[in-house]
Amino acid sequence: MAVLLLGEVNDGTLSVDATAKAVSACKSLGDVTVLCAGAHAADAAAEAAKIDGVAKVLCAEDASLGHRLAEPTAALIVSLAGDYSHIVAPATTDAKNVLPRVAALLDVMVISDVSGVVDADTFERPIYAGNAIQTVKSSDKVKVVSIRTSTFDAAGQGGSATVETIGAAENPGLSEWVEDKVAASDRPELTSAGIVVSGGRGVGSEEDFNLIEKLADKLGAAVGASRAAVDSGFAPNDWQVGQTGKVVAPELYVAVGISGAIQHLAGMKDSKVIVAINKDEEAPIFQVADYGLVADLFTAVPELIEKL
Amino acid sequence: MKVLVPVKRVIDYNVKVRVKADGSGVDLANVKMSMNPFDEIAVEEAIRLKEKGAAEEVVVVSIGVKQAQETLRTALAMGADRAILVVAADDVHQDIEPLAVAKILKAVIDEEQPGLVLAGKQAIDNDMNATGQMLSALLGWSQATFASKLEIEGDSASVTREVDGGLQTIKVKMPCVVTVDLRLNEPRYASLPNIMKAKKKPLDEKTAADLGVDVTPRLTVVKTTEPEGRKAGIKVESVDELIKKLKDEAGVI
Ligand SMILES: Cc1cc2nc3c(=O)[nH]c(=O)nc-3n(C[C@H](O)[C@H](O)[C@H](O)COP(=O)(O)OP(=O)(O)OC[C@H]3O[C@@H](n4cnc5c(N)ncnc54)[C@H](O)[C@@H]3O)c2cc1C
Ligand SMILES: Nc1ncnc2c1ncn2[C@@H]1O[C@H](COP(=O)(O)O)[C@@H](O)[C@H]1O
Repeated sequence: MAVLLLGEVNDGTLSVDATAKAVSACKSLGDVTVLCAGAHAADAAAEAAKIDGVAKVLCAEDASLGHRLAEPTAALIVSLAGDYSHIVAPATTDAKNVLPRVAALLDVMVISDVSGVVDADTFERPIYAGNAIQTVKSSDKVKVVSIRTSTFDAAGQGGSATVETIGAAENPGLSEWVEDKVAASDRPELTSAGIVVSGGRGVGSEEDFNLIEKLADKLGAAVGASRAAVDSGFAPNDWQVGQTGKVVAPELYVAVGISGAIQHLAGMKDSKVIVAINKDEEAPIFQVADYGLVADLFTAVPELIEKL
Repeated sequence: MKVLVPVKRVIDYNVKVRVKADGSGVDLANVKMSMNPFDEIAVEEAIRLKEKGAAEEVVVVSIGVKQAQETLRTALAMGADRAILVVAADDVHQDIEPLAVAKILKAVIDEEQPGLVLAGKQAIDNDMNATGQMLSALLGWSQATFASKLEIEGDSASVTREVDGGLQTIKVKMPCVVTVDLRLNEPRYASLPNIMKAKKKPLDEKTAADLGVDVTPRLTVVKTTEPEGRKAGIKVESVDELIKKLKDEAGVI
């Protein structure tokens, strides 16, 4: 058995954390070949080759692969699929965009957001916003699987896999990239940060969200948000934590002015330590918090920032 | 242009899910069911396209048990013109997999010839996030997932997508499958007169067999279990106590 793993490459850079977590999830299934695809992918391929447990790296550089458009990326993976029993990727938005397309072209089901690998055919995945865990056994010839990275530790560094350069598949030419709006930030990345501070509707305004960011910076943390905070324009969409946003499991998660709806809990309840600051002592967030502080966030957060 | 919107009947997002004690699944008997929230957003967008003159007809399709009729009536009450129910299951606990749903939708689309499919990004029951992408692959169409903005410009569409790094805008050739994200719009509520009117709108019924699609699952559910719960924590009295606990007890700062 052999695994083809789609490395998470953005603008030529490998997301080592996400890729290495997917490697550790699937390395028991067979030799792992990492595919790095992009307009520029050589540096990413070199990084992927250093991940422990990677047997080989395929580097595909082509302008059509530049922005991870679904159609050319899926075409490339399908052209390689014959050699593999498993096609795997970390469950990022890029992979969620591409893998189901790959699966349908191969006439197999996709198995999304896998949180446990039981054996070569059997996988665990959360359903109903993580309120149930389903174990499924696949009868398909190829398993197409995305990995929920928050439940796996990253594979280490120290590998030295060979890198092979390959060409792109034919671009169906159905879509073109126009623009990315990505805010540059010095903060740690949300899904790999050791500490996450999130704000909810209780924060009240985009201006006051600065308070959440200040607390995060004091702790060296990433910033997250509830859907309500994003919908209200307090925070950008890529900060949303939850069932339909990002899933995080840091050492410490601080929820400020967040009520704790199941859709939010779905994205953070596997955090090691949870702190909740909320003025409503009945808020459901306190049912999952290790340390709850019933307080007005506008007095508690400034005090925290000052005393930390 | 005709717009086709697949809508799924799912457990209402406010309902607390109960895993059955025998591990066979989630209890859906006598539970409030609703339209998948993302699909409401898709229906809303389709209706707005019609109101703007960019679309002529909005057709909604649901696949599953007979009771999905109710979901289709809700979409008709919001403003869709016509509905198609494809009966593919007789037990509410039987979920049709995205691959089979996509094949059924493809068969419907071959007949209906829409210029655009607007689906939800994810069904909140199975959390698969797959059907739109699979359908697009089977049709050989372009795809634009996780849309927070959609503009039709002749034979192409400009779509802004919510991605991990922020927002990405792409231009796709029509016909296209678009899956919608939460911030695309705020769905309207159906008014009472429109609910009454919806009862008279056409609702066609077919079966998966009529369309020649085998819905046998590729994934067998071995078991369904409850996730490990978190043990209840404590309330601290002050910021000082919180900092002390995080330093000395939890050791996380
Ligand atoms: C299909 C679907 C998908 C969804 N996906 C997600 C998702 O991915 N992520 C997500 O987060 N949500 C998601 N939601 C939304 C979710 O159901 C809740 O609506 C949302 O999480 C609520 O956000 P909130 O806790 O910030 O707001 P609220 O529920 O309004 O809570 C605000 C809290 O702030 C507290 N507060 C107010 N003022 C203060 C103050 N001065 N000091 C201290 N506390 C204060 C209040 O007591 C309250 O508990 C989804 C919903 C649907 C239908
Ligand atoms: N049984 C179904 N009937 C109609 N539409 C469906 C069905 N299953 C999935 N869909 C559509 O596909 C989207 C994504 O679902 P999923 O891939 O299951 O997460 C949903 O939001 C619907 O638009």
